[in-house]
Amino acid sequence: MITQVSSSLYHQLVTFFEERLTLKGYQEPQVSLRKEAFARFKDWGFPTLKAEDWKYTNLQPLINQHYLLNDAIPGKNVDTSQAIIKGLDAYRLILVNGRYRKDLSDVITEPGIFVSAIEDVANNELFAAHFAKYADKTDNPLVALNTALHEGGLYIHIGQNIALKKSIQIIHVASSSEAIFNQTRNLFVLDPNAEAEIIESFIANGSTISLNNTVSELVLNENAHLQHYYLQTSGEKSRYLNHTEVKQAKHSLYNNYNCSFPGSSFVRNNINVRLDDTSVESHLYGVTLTAKDQLVDNHTIVDHRMPHCESYEWYKNIAQDTSTAVFNGKIFVQPDAQKTNAFQQNNNMLIGDKASILTKPQLEIFADDVKCSHGCTMGQFDDEALFYLKARGIGEASARVLLVHAFAFDVTEKFSNDNVRAYVDHLIEQGLIIE
Amino acid sequence: MLSIKNLQASVDDKEILKGLNLEVKAGEVHAIMGPNGSGKSTLASVLAGKEAYEVTGGEVRLDNKDLLELSPEDRAREGLFLAFQYPVEIPGVSNINFLKTAVNEIRAYKGLAPMEAKEFLKLVKEKQKLVEFDAKLANRSLNEGFSGGEKKRNEIFQLAMLEPKLAILDETDSGLDIDALRIVANGVNHLRSENNAFIVITHYQRLLDYIVPDFVHVLYKGKIVKSGTKELALELEEKGYDWLKESVDAEENAAI
Repeated sequence: MITQVSSSLYHQLVTFFEERLTLKGYQEPQVSLRKEAFARFKDWGFPTLKAEDWKYTNLQPLINQHYLLNDAIPGKNVDTSQAIIKGLDAYRLILVNGRYRKDLSDVITEPGIFVSAIEDVANNELFAAHFAKYADKTDNPLVALNTALHEGGLYIHIGQNIALKKSIQIIHVASSSEAIFNQTRNLFVLDPNAEAEIIESFIANGSTISLNNTVSELVLNENAHLQHYYLQTSGEKSRYLNHTEVKQAKHSLYNNYNCSFPGSSFVRNNINVRLDDTSVESHLYGVTLTAKDQLVDNHTIVDHRMPHCESYEWYKNIAQDTSTAVFNGKIFVQPDAQKTNAFQQNNNMLIGDKASILTKPQLEIFADDVKCSHGCTMGQFDDEALFYLKARGIGEASARVLLVHAFAFDVTEKFSNDNVRAYVDHLIEQGLIIE
Repeated sequence: MLSIKNLQASVDDKEILKGLNLEVKAGEVHAIMGPNGSGKSTLASVLAGKEAYEVTGGEVRLDNKDLLELSPEDRAREGLFLAFQYPVEIPGVSNINFLKTAVNEIRAYKGLAPMEAKEFLKLVKEKQKLVEFDAKLANRSLNEGFSGGEKKRNEIFQLAMLEPKLAILDETDSGLDIDALRIVANGVNHLRSENNAFIVITHYQRLLDYIVPDFVHVLYKGKIVKSGTKELALELEEKGYDWLKESVDAEENAAI
């Protein structure tokens, strides 16, 4: 059944697809992949509030308008200074409107790592073996749309036994003079025993509307370790739909640190980890600070499919003004996943009388010899603590900063990178509204 | 230094302080004793500026500044310090970071530049030693998981770090064993000087064996009903409060 409500973008995309497919001259298997994906998208349409996973997150205002569907000035210069993290020595890779800009990016000279624009690796065997094999198994229509029509993105391959000495910082810049719809597709593959830290920053140049639909697939082979940061610091008129799908093999470790700050009016993150082998470890951490009429919605799935795995998830939300923060944390423990150890915690702080936080921990356990725990709290500023700090000469503003840092500390103390922690603490301090 | 005149205060429309007068000069230690519910802790909270307490009359001046006009943080910056009866636990705020923030906000209020990190750490070490405060505790989250005694010792450590003009110790001796009591009292005695003053609120004479007061006041029904020297505390220890209560209650009845 098609429940598609009238949407300018939907109709625009339907017309655009055929034209694009012919124009781009894609080859197989790309053509079939894109066609099948688009058929799925056409069938599903954009998600509406009627879908359980989208009930708090209304896409209609975003898709009810026309967008530029590819960058009018693809070679333009951009300002990435906003994404600079003090003290961080990293290889910077720049994507503008989803396109990898080699000319603006650092060259990685370390051996064993391959970085390429996704459009240049269609014939790469390893790429083809993994591309669109994971995220497309979900029922997210935005993934189907991305598979069908993405035009840019990054492919990163880190070879066996390679431990990168420096971090990689990927800076996603939205920059356009007209409302633009960007679709970025990334694939990161870590071979056995590879180790890396990838920090993704999202920023905007200017204040033109952009809608960014990004899908990232991550493959961690045996004993690969990845530290993965999302730092959402973009502008009010840049809106984000991010889908991250992680596939993990034996003894691999995936740590995701997902941080959103006041700015972008609409952020939806889907982060799904598939623990698809024994002895896998996954950690999902989140800090969200919202302001004005922002909406930040984090949907996560931790899917325990095999025995002896461990997952640990801790999300903190702080909502100010009239903003909304959403957390939905699903944990599946499949019948084969005996001896699973799964932990989930979500703590929320409501600041401002009209802010709202919607949270839904959701555990579905089909194995009988497992350890699973979850907890959820909702609170405000602790007046006793505020008074205690003030009684020591600490003013309202500093006292609030101290208390919010303290609230976020359970998560920020887990950061693998001290410079990123200091940066995040600073952004929290900047984003706090003191009356 | 501190001048309290006819102070009246209520909480939830219940009048607790009913015209309290007290004069404290630099270099003095005043003990305030009294039965449960007499208003001792209310006095401490009102002076520190706790919001739940409403001042309905009277005035309080600290070195001629109208204290009641100031926010809690400005009172602290003017040199008032309250050692809490129940110090608050704040997980995630490190003791040291908290103290650094406090020291520097007080300095900024006085127009001074922030303290150099090196100088600050030197001060921390020096004061830790002075009040026998465990360095391990200083590096932990503020009061988190501290025992009752450790929390009280942390209050005295903060007192040492912030060097206030006037310190109010609100039942700092409650919940302390003899050793902790001695350590806390020694800390206070080290910090006593010509330039500062202390108000020690306590139920028991025991603390006053260690921190010897210049004056002892008895608070009852929101007023100071008797003042004397340290001998008054011994007399109270021996006779209890009933004889005082009776004479005050008798006066009240006579007035009606």
